[in-house]
Amino acid sequence: MPDTTLIGKSFAPGLYAVGREKIREYAIAVGETNPLHHDLQVARNHGYDDLVAPPMFAVVYCSSSIGAAMFDPELGIEFDRLLHGSQEFRWGPLVIAGDEITTSVTLKDVSTRAGMAFYVFESVSTNQRDETVCVGLWTDIVREAAS
Amino acid sequence: MNAGDPIPELKVTADKLTPVRYAGASGDFNPIHVDDEFAQRVGLPGRILHGLWTMAQVARALTDAGGGPHSLERLDVTFRGMALPDREITVTGTVVEVGDGLAKVDVRAEQDGKAIVRGGEADLRL
Repeated sequence: MPDTTLIGKSFAPGLYAVGREKIREYAIAVGETNPLHHDLQVARNHGYDDLVAPPMFAVVYCSSSIGAAMFDPELGIEFDRLLHGSQEFRWGPLVIAGDEITTSVTLKDVSTRAGMAFYVFESVSTNQRDETVCVGLWTDIVREAAS
Repeated sequence: MNAGDPIPELKVTADKLTPVRYAGASGDFNPIHVDDEFAQRVGLPGRILHGLWTMAQVARALTDAGGGPHSLERLDVTFRGMALPDREITVTGTVVEVGDGLAKVDVRAEQDGKAIVRGGEADLRL
């Protein structure tokens, strides 16, 4: 049984520096063809200082913070029984190469249904101007060990 | 955009290296996505695509429909089953409501006629 007293636990925030080539690498990996993610001149012509990160690049700048939360030994999530159940993102201002993004993660909910444990994490990501660029809700499902 | 309008369908087929490339780009090296032998040992047909890669295809269909990355305000999806490389994925969506500068869009993704992302909801800035 998961420990519901851990609901509300916050994890140390992580800082991610957004690089131009990382945006290109991510855009290629997901098949993004919009030139705002590849072509500096096009991005500048559209009024951006540098390449624009696709919205789902949130996965990259949240990665170390959300990973540290999910791997927290106090939670004891067993990764060979872990499924990604659902995912929500809400986005604010676009993330641009050169931005520095700070992501804080909180364990929002823990519950058990039908022999499975549900962990809901919330990530809040802010840029160097303290604007909230993305709020994520990450729902992980852990199948219980056979008893 | 009006209620009832479909968004342009997106069709994409990942190749065998897509999960490896995505693992490198995203940092998610779960062996079920990069190691065929491991995947088969845990009962999968082979390495499977990352759910978040599939979600990125849904996001791409939406930003293409909305006119760029700025247009996507919210995306909420539930993952179902698994998606495999070398088989076509189709992303479809329908505008369900328009108001307050936002279009609410219901989205789904399927492969071989089975939903891999279902109950997807998005808000697009108009």
